[in-house]
Amino acid sequence: MGLTTVPGGGTGDTAVVAPVSPNWVTSRLDFLINWARSNSMWPMPFGTACCAIEFMASAAARYDLARFGMERMSFSPRQADVLLCAGRLPFKLAPVIRRIYDQMPQPKWVISMGACASSGGIFDNYAMVQGIDTVVPVDVYVPGCPPRPEGLIYGIMMLQKKVKGESLADPSIRNEQVIGPSGLPLPAERIDELSEPFGNSIHQTRSA
Amino acid sequence: MNPSAAALKAQFGGAIRRVTTSCGATIVLVDAARVSDVLRWLKATPGEGYNYLADLTAVEHRDGERPLEVVYQLYAMERKVSLRVKVELPKDQALEVPSVVSIWRGADWMEREVYDMFGITFRGHPDLRRILMWETYAEGYPLRKDFPLRGRFSRAEQVRQALNANPEAHYSMEELSIAEAIHELPKDMRDRLARGERGQLPEPIEPSHG
Repeated sequence: MGLTTVPGGGTGDTAVVAPVSPNWVTSRLDFLINWARSNSMWPMPFGTACCAIEFMASAAARYDLARFGMERMSFSPRQADVLLCAGRLPFKLAPVIRRIYDQMPQPKWVISMGACASSGGIFDNYAMVQGIDTVVPVDVYVPGCPPRPEGLIYGIMMLQKKVKGESLADPSIRNEQVIGPSGLPLPAERIDELSEPFGNSIHQTRSA
Repeated sequence: MNPSAAALKAQFGGAIRRVTTSCGATIVLVDAARVSDVLRWLKATPGEGYNYLADLTAVEHRDGERPLEVVYQLYAMERKVSLRVKVELPKDQALEVPSVVSIWRGADWMEREVYDMFGITFRGHPDLRRILMWETYAEGYPLRKDFPLRGRFSRAEQVRQALNANPEAHYSMEELSIAEAIHELPKDMRDRLARGERGQLPEPIEPSHG
């Protein structure tokens, strides 16, 4: 299914896979596989703060995440499809979430739940990662502080929509995004730019 | 005013620099050289009996001229009386006080936290390492007033150092020895821990040493 590596391929951080032109077979297969995948996503809950409480509410009876095929929480990253970071991520946990992400098999997706996971939120300080997208690639950001279960479910449905639009003909979405020789998953300038203060935090000074 | 303050003055004289009250709490400022004796006396003397160290923390005032303070919040369980003892550490001298782990075992992690956040060294502490920040944290002491809110390094450098922190490499010998100490546990606990997820007892593990 087009997963042959191009001879001499592998430029930089990502392995390049030969593309397959879309045809009737791949589009039918896409429909079947994406239907199966999007309706049985096993989340790896990475709950660090109050967002995790809302996530538990989403999974419980009233909102019932099982309706979306997510009733099976995968506490082992090796059986997980979706890494769901619910809560703020301190720098001390950055290597932990990175290892969990690396241990998840392809295909895998990441949902960043809440303001802190998406941008650092109110914690624009020395201890907090300013958005988990500086550590792992993120597919869906769910805004809110914390997001209501409806918000999270909307984010999950967006992810399902994204999965349903994927195609075997585009294997680049399965490229493993590894940490480069610089020790960073992204160029340093990108991380600095993503971590720039915004909103109220621009009024905080860097000095004492 | 807590009567322990007068008793301390009678016992230690000039080592008790100042006694004040604030919001009903008696605060005793003690000479840094004698603080170990004072605290030991407060715990061991029958009439005092401050057998619980409720908190150990430090203060750096916004006024840069003022010295740092190490604060010991003591509590006498039997008498239900609390006392606050403070030590001043001028900034132009070594930030160092004797450890009180030998007096109150619970001071261990509180002293590590003060060391982590303020850079105050506790002489004689059994295992003085950072506790909140990771072992290789190189930006300094976050609760000091000269520490910038967002840290000293750029965000990219902070992410790089965090991702390369390799947390497993920095467990203390004590933490590592927990796995090896299974042979010293009572038999029923050992069996319970040794039973895997399937509820079967694996072959007994031979001690690696000793």
